[in-house]
Amino acid sequence: MIEVEALEVTWGRGARAHRAVKGIDFALPAGGTFGLVGESGSGKSTVLKAIAGLAPVTGGVIRLSGRPLGARRDKGFRKSVQMVFQDPYGSLHPRHTVDRVLAEACAIHGLDRREARIVRILDEVGLGPAFRFRYPHELSGGQRQRVAIARALIVEPALLLLDEPTSALDVSVQAEILNLLLDLKEAHGLAWIFVSHNLAVVAQMCERVAIMNNGRIVEEVAARDLARANLREPYARQLLAASRGFDRAVARTLVTYD
Amino acid sequence: MSGLRAWLTEPVPHSRAQARAQAWWLAWCAFRANPMAMLGLGLVLLLVLVALSAPWIAGRSPFEQDLANRLSPPSAEHWLGTDELGRDIWARIVWGSRITLAIVGIVVVIVGPLGLLVGTVAGYLGGWVDTVLMRLTDVFLAFPRLILALALAAALGPGIENAILAIAVTAWPPYARLARAETLTIRNSDFIAAAIVQGASTPRILLGHVVPLCLSSVIVRLTLDMAGIILTAAGLGFLGLGAQPPAPEWGAMIATGRQYVLDQWWVAAMPGAAIFLVSLGFNLLGDGLRDVLDPKRGAG
Amino acid sequence: MVDAAPPLVEVEDLRVRFPTPRGPVEAVRGVSFAMGAERLGIVGESGSGKSTLGRALLRLVPPPGEVAAARLLVDGIDVLRADSRTLCDLRGGRASMVLQDPKFSLNPVMRVGAQIVEALRRHRRIGRREARERALAMLEAVRIREPLRVFHAFPHELSGGMGQRVMIAMMLVAEPRLLIADEPTSALDVTVQMQVLAILDDLVAARGMGLLFISHDLELVASFCDRVLVMYAGRIVETCAARDLASARHPYTRGLLGCLPKLETPVRRLPTLLRDPSWAEGA
Repeated sequence: MIEVEALEVTWGRGARAHRAVKGIDFALPAGGTFGLVGESGSGKSTVLKAIAGLAPVTGGVIRLSGRPLGARRDKGFRKSVQMVFQDPYGSLHPRHTVDRVLAEACAIHGLDRREARIVRILDEVGLGPAFRFRYPHELSGGQRQRVAIARALIVEPALLLLDEPTSALDVSVQAEILNLLLDLKEAHGLAWIFVSHNLAVVAQMCERVAIMNNGRIVEEVAARDLARANLREPYARQLLAASRGFDRAVARTLVTYD
Repeated sequence: MSGLRAWLTEPVPHSRAQARAQAWWLAWCAFRANPMAMLGLGLVLLLVLVALSAPWIAGRSPFEQDLANRLSPPSAEHWLGTDELGRDIWARIVWGSRITLAIVGIVVVIVGPLGLLVGTVAGYLGGWVDTVLMRLTDVFLAFPRLILALALAAALGPGIENAILAIAVTAWPPYARLARAETLTIRNSDFIAAAIVQGASTPRILLGHVVPLCLSSVIVRLTLDMAGIILTAAGLGFLGLGAQPPAPEWGAMIATGRQYVLDQWWVAAMPGAAIFLVSLGFNLLGDGLRDVLDPKRGAG
Repeated sequence: MVDAAPPLVEVEDLRVRFPTPRGPVEAVRGVSFAMGAERLGIVGESGSGKSTLGRALLRLVPPPGEVAAARLLVDGIDVLRADSRTLCDLRGGRASMVLQDPKFSLNPVMRVGAQIVEALRRHRRIGRREARERALAMLEAVRIREPLRVFHAFPHELSGGMGQRVMIAMMLVAEPRLLIADEPTSALDVTVQMQVLAILDDLVAARGMGLLFISHDLELVASFCDRVLVMYAGRIVETCAARDLASARHPYTRGLLGCLPKLETPVRRLPTLLRDPSWAEGA
């Protein structure tokens, strides 16, 4: 599906340049699920942005279905790769109704049977027709995130880029959204790259997980090895230990890794 | 009526039109709760009404001279008195409202879209486009507005059309600035990134996503500026660079009434009062709109 | 808990009400609890009233919110009847509050050290030199490696974790008896979070301070606090010892714990929370 090779991203230029991603490689088969975890500043979200064409790629190659991507993403790419953002309050236009959001996606890609598509996708994300003509401010965080998922899926992409889609939500709502994504994956055969700071969430949602720190992938493992704490790298082990709640003994051993 | 109200307040809208109407209805309800804003709206509507029905309520022609009755004070015959040529001031003010309305309308139609376009394009595209457009804006901003309008009106020749053009050309830069500032805060938001990821083209993002969010502050600014625009038009008229005699333009009327202001106060005071009321109306309306439309208040 | 000493916080039937166009909304609806020098966690989802409760203890509920209670004592002060001088003495002196984002709580145009010194001198009558020394000692106590550099830094020059440590230093420099921490570590990375919590833990132990820890993170509260209050729709639905949270009895608490993804025991689908209207009606 997608291959990333020696990807580098540098924000800004000259003295203010910041290398957010320093050469990472991974590959994802069609229908596969891949997780990126790390702390803030690890570059995990930047990788997604680079794939989506929202960040300046300064080195390396991204291949979609074997074809390397150029500097600009074309319509075909947009139709097969879609993204869901972290903040459900910021990712929907405040003056657009749910209907307009979905209709616009159809219009951009010239899809037919728009009416039927909108009704169906709203049903699939568990909102139903009552939400069709609502504005974002009339919706809860979880409902907004469902709209964002509907917007991504209405063009029937093959790959979904998920940037911390549940970290702004309450845990009970998070469970609903994660289940919804798993159901949709089953129904549509989606592949996804799931970015999160939460190891348990990534292990729940992905087959393989890469742990990132400071712009590099520290270790890539199968989700079940993460669950069994079967990790080689000290940074990965520390992250896992720290994510298991407060522990005096662990707190004493924390080190900063570069 | 009750059916319409039920349709407007129905908790679940069933169509695009209903959703839009409901949003407008909510804004109207918020606007209605502000008595000063309603007064402003009333004054502006009064101006429109007077302009539309001028032939019926003026009573007589604004140009009809009656030298025997010149400078007569307000009476049952001449409600607001007569001017130095014996013309009925009421009739002139009523007909003059059309000129004021035309100035307001044309300036809005030119300034709003021009400022929005320049500002949003500069803000969204950034880079050299931004530099070029904003330096151009700075050039216009560097001149005092009335002086620049004066120079333009003088260069183009006196006349109401040229006066309107001069006002419009000098009035757009602040709107471009305003729209650019708004665009800069919108540009980096997630919903714009989402639109890009969707595959939306730049014109679609500008027109469909950026402009609607800048529009409300531009509208508010326009209504608040309207008083100034009317006064500038009146000022040009007063200096003889706007509407030419015998056109009943309010500013020109004050200019001629100036000579008689001590003995025949009504000649200058009546058009002055008209300008005051209309300016006040637009200001109050603008204040009210700001409360309803400002996206930063979170009303959405 | 120390049973002999009077409790640090005593709350009985606390209610916080916000008037809205559609009628008043009660964010906190009849909450009663007491705490001593312990780490008390308050957990709940957004909208449960946990933050409003924390603010009400220091009468910091933003207007037009109204606070009413049969009894609201913090360190012996009747918060609802106190005059403004007593309140000033209470806030920042006897009790202080750490909020989620240090960026909004620190004055951006004032050096960190000056802010800490000011906070201290507002509540303790001490000289400038001594205040400075105590501020530096406090920065050291929150494990800032170069206290002198941070003392002279502006808030924007600090990282998130550093900023939150500075906040804690500022709030603790006057040696309050009670610290209310509203999601103090939610914006931080897990490793930084753990370090900040260790600092709080040490300070509680060393000074016999009471800590009211408000959070949405059940696992964190369970691992960090002594006792936990679970809030739902403005009420306390369950109180239990933190180590017994896993065997909580209320269906809401159990539901919240259940819908967390767990590393060790992965499931195909996460259990979701089915809300029962009766939860909102009382324990």
